[in-house]
Amino acid sequence: MQLTESDLPALARGCAVLGTGGGGSVETAIPSALQALREHGPVPLVRLADLDDDALIVPMSSIGAPTVGHEMLASAEQPKRLREEVERIAGRPISAIMAGEIGGSNGVEPLAWAAQLGLPMLDADGMGRAFPELQMVSMHVAGLTSDLVILADVVGNVAALRPIDAIWSERQARALCVASGASTMMANYLMSGAQARGAVIEGSVSAALDIGRATIGHADPVAALTERLAARRLLDGKIVEVERNTGGGFVRGAVVVDGTGSYAGRMVRIEIQNENLVVFESGEVVASVPDLITVVDTQTAEAVSTETLRYGQRVSVLAWACDPLWRTPEGMAVVGPRAFGYHIDYRPVEEHVHVG
Amino acid sequence: MSADPKRDLKIGIDVGGTNTDAVVLDRSDAIVARTKQPTTRDVTDGIRSALAVVLGELGERERQVGRIMLGTTHATNAVLQRRGLSRVAVIRLGAPAATAVAPLTTWPADLREAVEAGSVMLGGGHFVDGWPIAPLDRDGIRRFLGSVAGRTEAVAVTGIFSPASGEQEQHVAEIVREELGADVALSLSHEIGSLGLLERENATVLNAALYRAAGEVTRALDAVLAERGLDAAAFFAQNDGTLMALEYASRYPVLTIGSGPANSIRGAAFLSGVDEAIVVDVGGTSTDLGVLVRGFPRESSFATDIGGVRTNFRMPDILSVAVGGGTIVGGTPEEPVVGPVSVGFRITSEGLSFGGSTPTLSDAGALAGRVALGGGLRPPARTRALLDSALRGADAVISDAVDQMSLGRRDRPVVAVGGGAFLVPDVVTGAAKVLRPDNADVANAVGAAIALVSGRWETLAPAGEGRRQAIEEASEKAVHRAVQAGADPATVQVVEITETPLSYLHEPAVRVNVKAAGRLGWL
Repeated sequence: MQLTESDLPALARGCAVLGTGGGGSVETAIPSALQALREHGPVPLVRLADLDDDALIVPMSSIGAPTVGHEMLASAEQPKRLREEVERIAGRPISAIMAGEIGGSNGVEPLAWAAQLGLPMLDADGMGRAFPELQMVSMHVAGLTSDLVILADVVGNVAALRPIDAIWSERQARALCVASGASTMMANYLMSGAQARGAVIEGSVSAALDIGRATIGHADPVAALTERLAARRLLDGKIVEVERNTGGGFVRGAVVVDGTGSYAGRMVRIEIQNENLVVFESGEVVASVPDLITVVDTQTAEAVSTETLRYGQRVSVLAWACDPLWRTPEGMAVVGPRAFGYHIDYRPVEEHVHVG
Repeated sequence: MSADPKRDLKIGIDVGGTNTDAVVLDRSDAIVARTKQPTTRDVTDGIRSALAVVLGELGERERQVGRIMLGTTHATNAVLQRRGLSRVAVIRLGAPAATAVAPLTTWPADLREAVEAGSVMLGGGHFVDGWPIAPLDRDGIRRFLGSVAGRTEAVAVTGIFSPASGEQEQHVAEIVREELGADVALSLSHEIGSLGLLERENATVLNAALYRAAGEVTRALDAVLAERGLDAAAFFAQNDGTLMALEYASRYPVLTIGSGPANSIRGAAFLSGVDEAIVVDVGGTSTDLGVLVRGFPRESSFATDIGGVRTNFRMPDILSVAVGGGTIVGGTPEEPVVGPVSVGFRITSEGLSFGGSTPTLSDAGALAGRVALGGGLRPPARTRALLDSALRGADAVISDAVDQMSLGRRDRPVVAVGGGAFLVPDVVTGAAKVLRPDNADVANAVGAAIALVSGRWETLAPAGEGRRQAIEEASEKAVHRAVQAGADPATVQVVEITETPLSYLHEPAVRVNVKAAGRLGWL
């Protein structure tokens, strides 16, 4: 399968839905993908099963302050510099690049890099959604180590870090990122095809595309989206309260949605840390991380990011099951409700009883 | 500056989609003349006839007119219709950064075709901390200018992080003048927009593309004034509800986009005497809602799309719903269909109240006694039921929209303005009360006539010790800009300071945006 310019709107829509409120605004990632696809042509989307055991898979992402990234855009040379260093260290060519996080702009950007490099994109990612912290990736849960981090900045500086663990990886990458003007490009968790099996979340890119296509032009986009995701439609209603605090590099807060129509008389509260974490109704948890919780526009089914939630918006709240990897004890330790400071036991969204 | 007592009349003109309105205000801001004329394809004809009517009403006092304030859709139309646009050479400074997206990549092909004389990404620009990304590529600039000479009317210059320091863009402006002559039109991004490279660059290029259209309308206004032998100073309304002098407007035409709703909100405030309110402007086809905060329109925090181009300059936060005086009513009394189609200006021939056969919301309003139209409307029972149920539907749409704009604050009044203001019900959920000021149908022209003059400055400041000093400097610059734009220095005040914290930097920093505004200096 080939990804072209015409796939961009659906991919962006799907990535926004999988962003569960975070992952960065997909709008900001579209221009570079547009230019790269026009200049370099379509990008092949490959499945993990199609790659050999000794294939080289490279997750790539951009890191830094979103405000800076929005002003100082990437250089067309950055992915090339990153590739040169990766291939020099690995001693073999890259087979495919992968999105670290499919949710939000981070799911769309790698398409631009794949096109610029003339490389295929792997139909997989490290989350199947968006998460706020760097260690919250499937590769970490699967026991792969982050012992090699390669950074390339806008002027061409390249750095290869050999951190002793994930915490140092984050700390050193952040320091270098700041020195590079608070915006840089990163490759980490370099994997062979064999290592990737069971360590990545497969089908994420095609899932995002399907989600986008299911809703565009549909007469009842929210119903179509709910069906495609096999989601629970927790509530339709009006946003009546938005609390938002910025601190420690995260946006924390909560939003209250008051039910309307067949949901009248019910109310839910969604708690947020960059992404939507937990939904409460009448004091009871009705959905929580790592299951996916997305707020969409009731008319268009377009995802509403946590930054653009606003009083009076008419929204539908959807929740659906995460990848099984996150439900293992190892996954739960990294992204379960307790990893976000909630003293609650996780219950899969499909097992919650209807409260109203 | 003291006022010349004989030159104390001012004229406000607003060119809308349907009507061109003009009002004359005296020294105490009382309305002494007013008119509504149809907007013409060439907007200057509508302006000319509206002026002729109000000046005719003034008679002898015509000589007392000292100022004319114009709110016009000229620039918006030029972009939407891709008509009368200048060809622009686009220079971006900051390579190798940002080369992943070339200038104008996301523009609609036809608009890009009409505007782009050439574009280039060259060394220059700065990191967030002020460190140069690359040395300024002077030779590259000269070579590029040589390649577009004779094919370009204007040059747009955008440097990475130029809102933090505009010196480099100014320096490039000098090179452009040396190469292309002192008359070439220049649009510098740090004077146009805030952080967000592509959106600011888009706004800067649009601004450059609008020089010709801006020149046309300013020359036309000059010509009308000369024809009438009027020695009045002319000002243009801009998107934040304030004015800029004619000369300034000809350099920043893009800022006139969005002035219509801003004028209507400011005019509604003035006519009703409140400075915190939700303004509901009901026209023939749609209703625009805006919010008045401390006397100015609340601004939208989202990117604005103009003719298919994303920009980031500040626009009033407007919500439009498809409810207007001419909105066609269909369906059944049980399930009425209200709009979105409207008979528009044909209401006076097609509406039931005017002997026509199309049920409209105006007819529903007349039936409910909210307005008197034509001679008594006596429709059959079923039509009566349909109109009644449609009006309740329209009331709910307006109430819902008011609630949405209120952001949950229910203590502010609604001010109903526009030709269809009677459609706003007396009780609106989400509002304390409904105010219906006199002359509400020409609120936008009044808004232009009473507008203040403003200036803005944006900069990045350290979050610690230096923050206060940076805010003071930014305030001084904003005040200076307001005075440059024509404000009386004695009345200029800082009306707004917004600080946005930035993370992931060496030291915590904030983005500071200051706005100053004052009354027009007397002549």
